[in-house]
Amino acid sequence: MSSESVYKKYPKNEASNLIALLQDIQEVHGYLPEDDIIRVAKHAGVPTSRVFGVATFYNQFRLTPLGKHVIRVCRGTACHVKGSLDILQTLEAELGIKAGETTRDLQFTIETVACIGACSIAPVIVIDGKYYGGLTSKSVYKLINEYMKKD
Amino acid sequence: MNIKINNNAYWANPGETILQVTQREGIKIPTLCYMSDLTPTGACRICVVEIETGQLVPACAFPVYNGMEVQTNSKKVRRSRKSIIELLIANHPQDCLVCVRNGNCDLQDLAAEYGVRSYRYVGEKRSGKLDLASPAVERDPEKCILCGRCVRMCHEVQNVGAIDFVNRGFYSQVSPAMDRSLNTTACVYCGQCVVACPVGALREKSYLKVAWEAINDPEIHVIAQVAPAVRVAIGEEFGLPPGTITIGKIPAALRRIGVNEIFDTNFAADLTIMEEANELIERIQSGGKLPLFTSCSPGWIKYVEHFYPELLEYVSTCKSPQGMQGAMIKSYYAKKTGLDPKKIFVLSIMPCTAKKFEAGRPELSVSHTDPDVDVVLSTREFARMLKIAGIDFNRMPEEGFDDPLGESTGAGVIFGASGGVLEAALRTAHYMITGKDMDQIDFTSVRGLQGVKESSIKIGNATLKVAAVSGLHNIDRFLEEVRNGNSEYHFIEVMACPGGCINGGGQPLPSSPEKIKKRMEAIYEIDRSLPKRCSHYNDSVKALYDNFLGKPGSKKSHELLHTHYMKRESI
Repeated sequence: MSSESVYKKYPKNEASNLIALLQDIQEVHGYLPEDDIIRVAKHAGVPTSRVFGVATFYNQFRLTPLGKHVIRVCRGTACHVKGSLDILQTLEAELGIKAGETTRDLQFTIETVACIGACSIAPVIVIDGKYYGGLTSKSVYKLINEYMKKD
Repeated sequence: MNIKINNNAYWANPGETILQVTQREGIKIPTLCYMSDLTPTGACRICVVEIETGQLVPACAFPVYNGMEVQTNSKKVRRSRKSIIELLIANHPQDCLVCVRNGNCDLQDLAAEYGVRSYRYVGEKRSGKLDLASPAVERDPEKCILCGRCVRMCHEVQNVGAIDFVNRGFYSQVSPAMDRSLNTTACVYCGQCVVACPVGALREKSYLKVAWEAINDPEIHVIAQVAPAVRVAIGEEFGLPPGTITIGKIPAALRRIGVNEIFDTNFAADLTIMEEANELIERIQSGGKLPLFTSCSPGWIKYVEHFYPELLEYVSTCKSPQGMQGAMIKSYYAKKTGLDPKKIFVLSIMPCTAKKFEAGRPELSVSHTDPDVDVVLSTREFARMLKIAGIDFNRMPEEGFDDPLGESTGAGVIFGASGGVLEAALRTAHYMITGKDMDQIDFTSVRGLQGVKESSIKIGNATLKVAAVSGLHNIDRFLEEVRNGNSEYHFIEVMACPGGCINGGGQPLPSSPEKIKKRMEAIYEIDRSLPKRCSHYNDSVKALYDNFLGKPGSKKSHELLHTHYMKRESI
């Protein structure tokens, strides 16, 4: 679906469609580009500040593009006890970004999640939907470098 | 319905909130986020009261029911309110001594009233970046207590929506879209958010330093001009009752701080009327664009430029009185006295924050290089200036404005209240068309604090349909009619601020509907007391036309007193 067809799908000046509109736009681009936030505001007939307010309120909306590989680091209780902070910091240091950010070459995005329900293999991360458990700083270093080499 | 408040019986109407009843009955409940006439949000919880179940409920948002028993002063209530204040303070920079709102801050007052004596909670504070980029309004998100009054004002009353809540939880703050600065948004600088803000998170950009430098420079000839609404409000800054008229004290005070000459913006208001009435008549007679919208309110002008740029040709091309006065000082007056316009410094004292932006518009410069108005101070800044200078304002003698740009009529002063420009213009338009004055000079149907006032008036053979609108959300319906080609109006006055300049973004704080009412009454009292009440009887204006401009709408008038507008991005 293109963004044009998203705008066609929703009638103009219907503020109640705001969230659905934003979801569809994010579906198209993987995030909410600034130009689209402005256009969504005009389309739905609400101030841009309100659209931005909604987009920053809900965790589901992203304002920066997603990398090719999305790394989700579990920061739930079990993973935390098993050292997930080390895992996260290793990834951040290796990729040169903070959680929530994307590398400038748009290859990697790091996100943190509260619990992904795989406590038995804590600490765990998910890369592009694939689970990696029982990690250490050393093994995650190796893992991420394999991904970096692949591309 | 029968309810009990603090064990006394009261009568309440269905649908009323607890706060509405207590306010009517004179029982004080503190509020922070509450704004009369707007939907209550219950955001700050400072108005909590205890009901018979032992529950704490927000009085501003909780409806009464039959048999309700309310305690406004129980131990639980006092402790909760104090805790709320302590928590608000915990996330607030404790820099009251150097804050612009020191002395008139709602949070400070509450902390004093509830006897807060220590910083009970200490923890991480929200950080935010200062937004100092706009020429008129500054934002300091760290001072914000998230009451949301500015947001409701900007969205519900002014229909601009330049700011809103962004992010969530601890990271919530009030900000323009994309974390921009205000100067890159559709903010119209009306300053109503500043009036709404209970703390120092929103404030005017101050130009006091620039003003002092000019006054202290012996090479510079400083000329002040004072807007109509300042003279009915500044007294509040010096403890005088709201609506105290201080026309004479203002020039006296200005002289004593070293301003060389003091002209009256009311003079320029009379001049505006001559040009605008002439423009109205021309448009009616030549089949020009109607309705004609007034152009005195810089917030309104920026609003049209952002949101209805295709309707700009309906807006009067007349500069605002501030703009006209600046232009006349730097052309007519400079020529008359032989002063070098570059050595003249025009200091405007305005009830307005948007005038600060207006003064910087490049198209409002007769020299095309230097601004006609060099600095705009709000009523509040002017009061601060006088306090620093040690002026005992209340004991100032009654003095007059200077010639030749100081004489004014009642028509000039009523520019300060919503409906006044319309009334003043009709007084003169009637004279211009029929050659005689209206039988009844007072055009009371367009007076008052209502957001929309409509009327019609018969002038000669024609009946003109007119309206006075204040508060920008009220204007959309009129603009939509024009857009759809079915507007029946001939002349519409628009003021960005509800009630007009008397309630401008630069007026003394804290504001209240009662104060605005008093200021408005004072404006019309001045009008009634003046011997001349129509702009066309202003002898100085006549002399200006005879000696310099020719006649209203002349080539020279167009060059110096008229302007043009531009489309602006609306985000």
